[in-house]
Amino acid sequence: MSGGTFVGMPAFPAAAREAVGDTTLRANLRHATHTIRNKRARAVAELSDWDLLREAGKQIKDHTLRHLDRYLVQLEESVERAGGTVHWACDAEEANRIVADLVRATGETEVVKVKSMATQEIGLNEALEAEGIRAYETDLAELIVQLGRDRPSHILVPAIHRNRGEIRDIFRKEMADWGRPAPDGLTDTPTELAEAARLHLREKFLRAKVGISGANFMVAETGTLVVVESEGNGRMCLTLPETLISVVGIEKVVPGWRDLEVFLQTLPRSSTAERMNPYTSMWTGTTDQDGPNAFHLVLLDNGRTDTLADEVGRQALRCIRCSACLNVCPVYERAGGHAYGSVYPGPIGAILSPQLRGTGSDIDASLPYASSLCGACYEVCPVAIDIPEVLVHLRERVVQGGEATRGGNRVMLKPAKGHAAERAAMRAAGLAFARPGALRAGQRLASRTRRLHPRTLPGPGRAWSASRDLPEVPVEPFRDWWQRTRGDGSGGTTEGNAQ
Amino acid sequence: MSGRDRVLGRVRRALADVPADDLAYETAVDRGYAREHGGRTVEETVDLLAENLADYRAIVHRCTEDEVSDLLMRLYAERGSETVLVPPELPPHWLAAADPVRIHDRAVSTPHQLDRVDSVITGCALAIAETGTIVLDGSPDQGRRRITLVPDHHVCVVRVPGQVVASVPQALERLAPLRPLTWISGPSATSDIELDRVEGVHGPRTLEVVLMSGA
Repeated sequence: MSGGTFVGMPAFPAAAREAVGDTTLRANLRHATHTIRNKRARAVAELSDWDLLREAGKQIKDHTLRHLDRYLVQLEESVERAGGTVHWACDAEEANRIVADLVRATGETEVVKVKSMATQEIGLNEALEAEGIRAYETDLAELIVQLGRDRPSHILVPAIHRNRGEIRDIFRKEMADWGRPAPDGLTDTPTELAEAARLHLREKFLRAKVGISGANFMVAETGTLVVVESEGNGRMCLTLPETLISVVGIEKVVPGWRDLEVFLQTLPRSSTAERMNPYTSMWTGTTDQDGPNAFHLVLLDNGRTDTLADEVGRQALRCIRCSACLNVCPVYERAGGHAYGSVYPGPIGAILSPQLRGTGSDIDASLPYASSLCGACYEVCPVAIDIPEVLVHLRERVVQGGEATRGGNRVMLKPAKGHAAERAAMRAAGLAFARPGALRAGQRLASRTRRLHPRTLPGPGRAWSASRDLPEVPVEPFRDWWQRTRGDGSGGTTEGNAQ
Repeated sequence: MSGRDRVLGRVRRALADVPADDLAYETAVDRGYAREHGGRTVEETVDLLAENLADYRAIVHRCTEDEVSDLLMRLYAERGSETVLVPPELPPHWLAAADPVRIHDRAVSTPHQLDRVDSVITGCALAIAETGTIVLDGSPDQGRRRITLVPDHHVCVVRVPGQVVASVPQALERLAPLRPLTWISGPSATSDIELDRVEGVHGPRTLEVVLMSGA
């Protein structure tokens, strides 16, 4: 089962430690991230004006965010003029309630779904299940995740942590419970697995009366929604049912039709490393006798306005969910998507989740630390989100507390408890560096007792050393070595360095 | 208070730092990026379209308008298609020589009925050379969106060079946003299993594009 908020997830260091020990997972991830990463670099190199497109994408998104109220109202007017109905949802619960009521009004008890981060984020499938409505995921990877009662681990390829053998086993074991069983003698070749999914899902598409989607973009000027995909399951869900419900984050709006020319060039190349994804669907309200005759757009806040209120952090809302940052991140590559405890993994997840959900939980307070700050994520981002800048900003928030917006209200955050030891250590370091004599004495003591040092710290330092290897203390402090070899007098002997 | 008022209220409070005289849309975005990439002749643009279509495993054919009927007959015969879906205003001479039974695009057809058709033929709104994309806009020579989705074999005729543009920006200039648009770049594909590309999960597994020049 796909989960919305991954309740009860351990903080990132614990989850990552477990994931790093899983050699199958690491091999699957390494293969996948390196493959996409290399292909992406080639696809981007084809466009000589990449930097200008990236800057334009950044400017369009920034401009939209700075005038978001105006563009949302304009979007609403455009969608309703074209025959759609617009709903507004402050949080996950409200969005799920709206969708469940809309589905129930159709008299249907099952829906087909296009892969959508927003509906994952709000845990829509579980909410519908509680209302007696079954939601079928139709993207191949989401199907694998759903059948495996698993969670997605990558924005673009949610089942990236599974290899073909695991997928075959899931299909054989679970497909029958959800509809058409897997064919007899199913092997683990991708072609056969894809064929099994085609047969299994086609009967659902052909009878579906309600489709649910997200959207990659919404155009305020025209009311047009855009979904980019590869498999055609999106087109099936968007055009065959009688009712279409789209749940979309408010940050997905762009002002004008023309703005799509930027993102339709940067998104496919950044995400699947293709010149263009196989299918892009654009629809504006409803069209007589072509596609659904009822269209509902649910505009979702769910922490986005809180994120918008943070002048440094709001740039995270520029994200177009391409996942390029995941594929270049050395931390994601080793820890995998599940360790982030959110539907948004990787570098973007490390800045988006703690802003959407607040830093109150252990997992959210730990996410700004799930990075080496190497900057590769910023380099590849097609809308130039300075992820390291936001990470550092959020670390400060976690350690020092301060003003933030939660649920639309300004609140004063206290420093996170787990970081008291870190603050104490920094204060101690400050004192020592201000007193050279104390520092020298301390360093000598550390050298002489080095064989006795534990691999992890005791007491309050345990949390810090749980996710880090303690540095080895050198045989001789640098300042002593300098004094001995370059300073006045002594010099000569290398005895001290002989081991 | 309605959800609408609450969300908009939160947005406005969140943007308290943005000055009222912030840059207008027209000046906020630097559009110095290219309208197309590289200089090409008309023929080279069509060649690039053919190359990029083939790169994503569409099957590309070229013919003149006089030859299109025979070409299509051959394609259906090779595939053994017995039925072909036809949009309302496909030029009749395209299929003059074809054997398959014509199934008309009708609103009352159920998805199950469409699923039993072997092939579909359409024109297009335009094609984009740099990305290898054909775009359908629901015009009468293309029909409803679903007819190019449910059957397993799609043949799309592109008039060259008139319907070919070089780039994505040029394409958007020529398209009408209020029409339902479907952009197609190669056949349906997935890379969800260990990133091995597999053609055809849910849409047509075979896409054939006929680049048709005038007589």
